[in-house]
Amino acid sequence: MNEPARVQKDFSNAPLCLSGKGVTKVFGFGDKKTVAVDHVDFEFHEGEFVSIVGESGSGKTTLSKMLLGLSNATEGEIFFQGKPRDIGSGHKKKEYWKGIQAIFQDPFSSFNTFQKIDTVLLDCINMRGGKSLSKGEKFNMMSEACHFVNLEFKELTNKYPFELSGGQMQRLMIARIFLLKPKILLADEPTSMVDACSRATILDMLLNLRDEIGMTVIFITHDIGLAYYISDTVYIMEHGKFVEYGKADEVILNPHAPYTKRLISDVPKIHEEWDLSTVDLKAE
Amino acid sequence: MGKVMLEVRNLKTKYVTRFHEDVYAVDGVSFAIEEGKSLGIAGESGCGKSTLALSMMGYYFPPLHYMSGDIIIDGQNISGMDPDTVRKTILGNEIAYIPQAAMNALNPTQKIIRFLEDVVHAHDPKATKKEIREMAEARFAEVGLPLEALDKHAVELSGGMKQRTVIAVSTILNPKVLIADEPSSALDVTSQKMVIKMMRQLMESGHVKSMLFITHELPLLYNVTDDIMVMYAGQIVEKGTAKEMVFDPVHPYSHGLMGSILVPEEGTRGHKLAAIPGAPPNLKHPPDGCRFAARCKYATADCRYTSIPEKSFGEGRMYRCLMGIDELKEVYSHE
Amino acid sequence: MKNTIRQVFHSPKFVGGFVIFVAILLTMIIYPLFNPGNPLEQIGVGTFAKPGTYFSLYDATKAKTDTFRLPEADENRLAASLSAEDRVAMVEYFTAMGIDISELDTEDTDTLLQMWEDNYDPSVRPKGMTGAKVNYYKRLNNSLQDLKGGDTLVVAEEVDGELVESKKISTTDYVRTGAVANVKTLPLGTDNFGRDVLKELVSATGTSIGIGLLAGVVATLIGLTFGLLAGYVGGFLDDFIMFITNIFTVIPGFVLLILISYSIGQEQRGAAVVATVIGLTGWTWTARSVRSQVISLRNRDHVNLSKLSGHSLVRIILTDILPYIASYVVMAFILQVSSGILAEAQLSLLGLGPRTTEVPTLGLMMNWAMLYSAHTNGSWWAYFPVILVITLISFSLNLMNTGLDQVFNPTLRD
Repeated sequence: MNEPARVQKDFSNAPLCLSGKGVTKVFGFGDKKTVAVDHVDFEFHEGEFVSIVGESGSGKTTLSKMLLGLSNATEGEIFFQGKPRDIGSGHKKKEYWKGIQAIFQDPFSSFNTFQKIDTVLLDCINMRGGKSLSKGEKFNMMSEACHFVNLEFKELTNKYPFELSGGQMQRLMIARIFLLKPKILLADEPTSMVDACSRATILDMLLNLRDEIGMTVIFITHDIGLAYYISDTVYIMEHGKFVEYGKADEVILNPHAPYTKRLISDVPKIHEEWDLSTVDLKAE
Repeated sequence: MGKVMLEVRNLKTKYVTRFHEDVYAVDGVSFAIEEGKSLGIAGESGCGKSTLALSMMGYYFPPLHYMSGDIIIDGQNISGMDPDTVRKTILGNEIAYIPQAAMNALNPTQKIIRFLEDVVHAHDPKATKKEIREMAEARFAEVGLPLEALDKHAVELSGGMKQRTVIAVSTILNPKVLIADEPSSALDVTSQKMVIKMMRQLMESGHVKSMLFITHELPLLYNVTDDIMVMYAGQIVEKGTAKEMVFDPVHPYSHGLMGSILVPEEGTRGHKLAAIPGAPPNLKHPPDGCRFAARCKYATADCRYTSIPEKSFGEGRMYRCLMGIDELKEVYSHE
Repeated sequence: MKNTIRQVFHSPKFVGGFVIFVAILLTMIIYPLFNPGNPLEQIGVGTFAKPGTYFSLYDATKAKTDTFRLPEADENRLAASLSAEDRVAMVEYFTAMGIDISELDTEDTDTLLQMWEDNYDPSVRPKGMTGAKVNYYKRLNNSLQDLKGGDTLVVAEEVDGELVESKKISTTDYVRTGAVANVKTLPLGTDNFGRDVLKELVSATGTSIGIGLLAGVVATLIGLTFGLLAGYVGGFLDDFIMFITNIFTVIPGFVLLILISYSIGQEQRGAAVVATVIGLTGWTWTARSVRSQVISLRNRDHVNLSKLSGHSLVRIILTDILPYIASYVVMAFILQVSSGILAEAQLSLLGLGPRTTEVPTLGLMMNWAMLYSAHTNGSWWAYFPVILVITLISFSLNLMNTGLDQVFNPTLRD
């Protein structure tokens, strides 16, 4: 417990990795129109660990789908490495996806249960253009990736993902990212379905991986304590809008937006009194 | 010392599986809750928290089976009672139970008042609808729920409101013990706070005499309950007051758990999170010695083969480890 | 995979259905080995021979005889040759003679004959009886006495325009079945064209299962392709495919089937054509349910990850979607086979089945039986076994389907 606190780094001068202007997503039309993401602007820098914090229904998952290029923005533009992102054709999409990868919330549905773990990892090597490598080299790469996430590749060969625990599966996902070495990793609540003990392991691995391959991590979560622990920059999202963003220390310890204030005060803490007296039961 | 509301003595229950491989999910658990007190149970998923809650109600249905031990509610031993009697006489007025995702278990075709009538009629078939409505209105007003909610269907209420309604319905008969299994983990923080406030209000007004709160969210547990027990692989590994448990955990497992707490407070950012490698043991064949030994950094050969007794210390605290308290504190200080 | 198969074979329902179906298949394969030849060969002259073992009467007279004095021979012979009319006439005689017949059972040949023996008196002419009737009773009495033994049958041959006695057959002469040159067992008799029903039935079962399989394959392939494309690609393609599917759904399938079969014409309707037509009209619900399953799958994270890995549409569909719905498709296929067999039977019953000159099908057999009034003249063997086989096939397939459903769908498990 005596390790030095992680220093709050300043990324404002780092080159832009992913940014957006007026990004909007509207579902339905007419009376049934819902604006899930409402004209958001953002700037994620290279090597930055960004958290997007919001409660359920705030639009954070919709935004993540747009960032990944899995769904199109209704309005606005997303810039990848400073240039407007072009994912019009299938080929260009594939190119883009070499630069951005994801880890999803539910490890049990993230793997194709009919594919062996070897296949999953081999796929990553092939995608990075390692098709022509020898068997031994591929094996070494996979072992290295598994070693990075504290798994033993020899024990995993010929196994199926569902034979692992939830925490192990999420670690395997990180191993996958280790092999793919993308510019951006989008992690959508990767720890919300694993236990507290495994959570610590996974978070540390994500931090190490970021340092190892120098990628940008966009971490989506509803847990503001978790966001504070792990990120350099925090974006607070409410009803499809970013109500506040900035360095983690500044946003969490000195919030300005009323929503951020409420969010932080509503989370139970251990050093401060969790004030229940202000709760108005009739408010809802 | 207050009157003991719920006492569990050496309770053992198991799941009987299809292939005759029994899973000993609760293996010798003892604790007591006094009137006006609340007790929290923490632990990883799969460590037996929810099974303990089910076992404590005495309401056994396959594959869960009672093996041995006593469950005493306000002086009445309900262990070994047949499930039908338990359902008619214990559930609802002695013990109220709020399972995980209770709010999604409400029959969407019925109005809220009908659930209240069901609960009351199960114990007092003679109660008239008018009496029940008066009772319900008084209670709803007290806990800040809108009276219109009584004549609404569950789907018309928001998530937080639904969960609070469920709690109001299940505590209408003023139970002696309220068992809440992750009552707020599916809710937003604001709704969660309201649920907790309401539960605390029920305790303070004396409608609910004692509470057992199960969750894996430690900061929540710290703020809600008086005492905390940490469960691991069907056993209790440590017990103490909430403050002692969070700031001064003794058992290596609870030490690890507490070290993984994340809260948005100054200073927490720099901590290295404690990580416990591995997974809980398979309870079909529980280990002979300490159940945590396989994952414990400090385990010795002795730990794996000696059965570990419960050791008492301090004021009503207990832990289950071969090492002494000073010894453990010594190791922790070097980390 | 291995585990799933093991689970499938632990399901009693699936195993039950599987055993019945395999038994039918085995019969289909093995029976023709023992009884080869064209199943549509007309072996009989005339319609609806009863089930049983037939041997050539001519060969029997030529065969070597042995003499047995079997005690019950006379009774059996009498019982077999005493016609129902004679029995009624005997009762009439007793009534006319004023004998109490309240306890007499006309089927009980022994008692009937005993009573006749005791009461028949050729010299007495009962009141009101015509002379013809009296003579009839005399003749009946004589023939009864002949059948009781001692009588011989004379076989005569024509030699130079004259009949010459060649052999005498006495009531105690017996011929061993094996010694007769031509014996034919027809367990299910013959049909209206004089064809061996059992042989025809076995062949028809094979054709019908073939039709069912082909119809199932066609329907499943179309439904699967449409469902996968509509569900996964979505958008305009989804709307378009669902439009077509809806059109096919609202037109009653069977009416469509009748119209298509009718317009193809009798000559062009082979078994394969009929099967294809059945498949072409039956794919809609496979398409619908596959589509809905794919829609729930396409937003799963592993599909998203596969996309992010740059996999092509075809590869995603084949490796990330298809395996997840495979169990479902197998079940749908089994039901399609079952309904294909039933549809063929229905069509053929209406006379719109495969043309009748080549192969028998279960439906055609029913059609023939119906056209030649097998149901009104009591020739149950021409249609009842067919119904039984159709029921058994359908039952076994549905049983397998239920078993699979319980294995693959955990909510149905007990």
